[in-house]
Amino acid sequence: MRKIKNLIMTVMISLATLICLIPLFLLLYYVIKMGISSINLDFFIKNPKPMGEIGGGMLNSIVGTLIVLGMASLIGIPFGLATGIYLAENKGTKLAEWVRLSTEVLVGIPSIVIGILVYSWVVKTMNTFSAFAGSIALTIIMIPLLARSTEEVLLMVPNTLKEAAFALGASRWNTQRMIVMKTAMGGIISAILSSIGRIAGETAPLLFTAFGNQFFSTKLFRPISTLPIQIFTYARSPNVVQNKMAWAGALLLVSMVLLLNFSAKWISQALVKRSKN
Amino acid sequence: MNSEEIAIQAKDFSAWYGEFKVLKNINIEVPTKHVTAIIGPSGCGKTTFVRCINRLHELTPGAKVSGDLMLYEKNIYHSDPMKIRRTIGMVFQRPNPFPTMTIAGNVMAGYSLNSIRLKSSDYRDILEDSLRKAALWDEVKDKLNKFGSELSGGQQQRLCIARAIASKPKVILFDEPCSALDPIATGKIEELIRELKSQYTIIIVTHNMQQAGRVADYTAFFMLGELIEFDQTEKVFTNPAKSLTEDYITGRFG
Repeated sequence: MRKIKNLIMTVMISLATLICLIPLFLLLYYVIKMGISSINLDFFIKNPKPMGEIGGGMLNSIVGTLIVLGMASLIGIPFGLATGIYLAENKGTKLAEWVRLSTEVLVGIPSIVIGILVYSWVVKTMNTFSAFAGSIALTIIMIPLLARSTEEVLLMVPNTLKEAAFALGASRWNTQRMIVMKTAMGGIISAILSSIGRIAGETAPLLFTAFGNQFFSTKLFRPISTLPIQIFTYARSPNVVQNKMAWAGALLLVSMVLLLNFSAKWISQALVKRSKN
Repeated sequence: MNSEEIAIQAKDFSAWYGEFKVLKNINIEVPTKHVTAIIGPSGCGKTTFVRCINRLHELTPGAKVSGDLMLYEKNIYHSDPMKIRRTIGMVFQRPNPFPTMTIAGNVMAGYSLNSIRLKSSDYRDILEDSLRKAALWDEVKDKLNKFGSELSGGQQQRLCIARAIASKPKVILFDEPCSALDPIATGKIEELIRELKSQYTIIIVTHNMQQAGRVADYTAFFMLGELIEFDQTEKVFTNPAKSLTEDYITGRFG
């Protein structure tokens, strides 16, 4: 009887796991199937052609995404890391609890709300949609995510290492910098990469901040095209060629996110292995 | 025992965690260049006492102290805690080499962590000297650039001793240094402690009364935050002045 129960539970749990994996594989399969045919050299090095003309690529959106992501990371990483360090170092204090609560609330806010906020703060005041506004919106999404995962990673560093450093007369700053951060480096890098992966595909907050641009632009204070927005535009287009382009863009975006997540995992494992032997 | 020079002296010294008084009016004079063991049942405050000596205690939120604690007649609590910690080395319960540092880096961590730059000849001299004093040089001289976590537990603990020695401390505190080690590694650490006392004042917290008997010249018995008895080890173990001490060392409680 016990054996039968055991078997039934094992089968059920394995089945549930399998069902969880199916959407992921279906998604990958479908995106690859629909997108791969439009991926060629032109896709990466050419700008979009006007509707109706054959050919062209998504260079402007690829570059735009890199610019917006780059700028968002540039602002978001220092703030996210600093907040994470603060949370880990001041566990239990009132301010830290408030900060932790705020990060939780921020993570839960729908990203379109953050888009509206940045629209009224940045776009309205500067009187133009811009790459900068898009980056700010993404930064606001990134900071609480990165702060929380940084905190978790830092708390995994054994307290005995910190005490060993203090016992050698090290200052708090040197202990944090040379012992805690170094020991947690793998986890910190993977937290950074995962948080970039998380904002890479955000569409809603970019709709009325970065807005989109038919043309190639690298100007920070002008509207800029990004992959998610371009996919959105092309997918709604009545034009079959543009629909196909949307799938190709989706394939590229999914690959980017997967690459970020896999390298995050790989880097943290490599660093853990190194510190173990 | 009053003929010895005093390294560390506590005068009515008390310590708290929040509202809880862990150490109650301790008065003790620890003689220089000897091994002093601190024994007592769990929770008696022996670890807290050594953590007060190098001012690690105050890093715990809610911790406070009162009374005086002197290091060669200088008040430890009127000095810069970072300087005090460099003068008083510490070896912890579990070996805790820094996993991101090499063996050499671990030994010299007291310098790098304090942003002290050394001439490379000085660096090598201190490195070799500290490892020799920790009886580890022969085992690691060919792999100084490997990570410290490659070593066995006992070797790691000796690496931590070398790390404490490298900062040229006057006092070394050992907080149950052998509790995570096997008997052979324990034997090596004890031998090392007996050798080190010619140059350093050593205080060792231990759960193990045989260990106190083997390594310590003086033994202090703590119970419930009070110092019950402090004398030469032989006297404490063979002819204790207090009945509480006798009950503890004969195993009637603890």
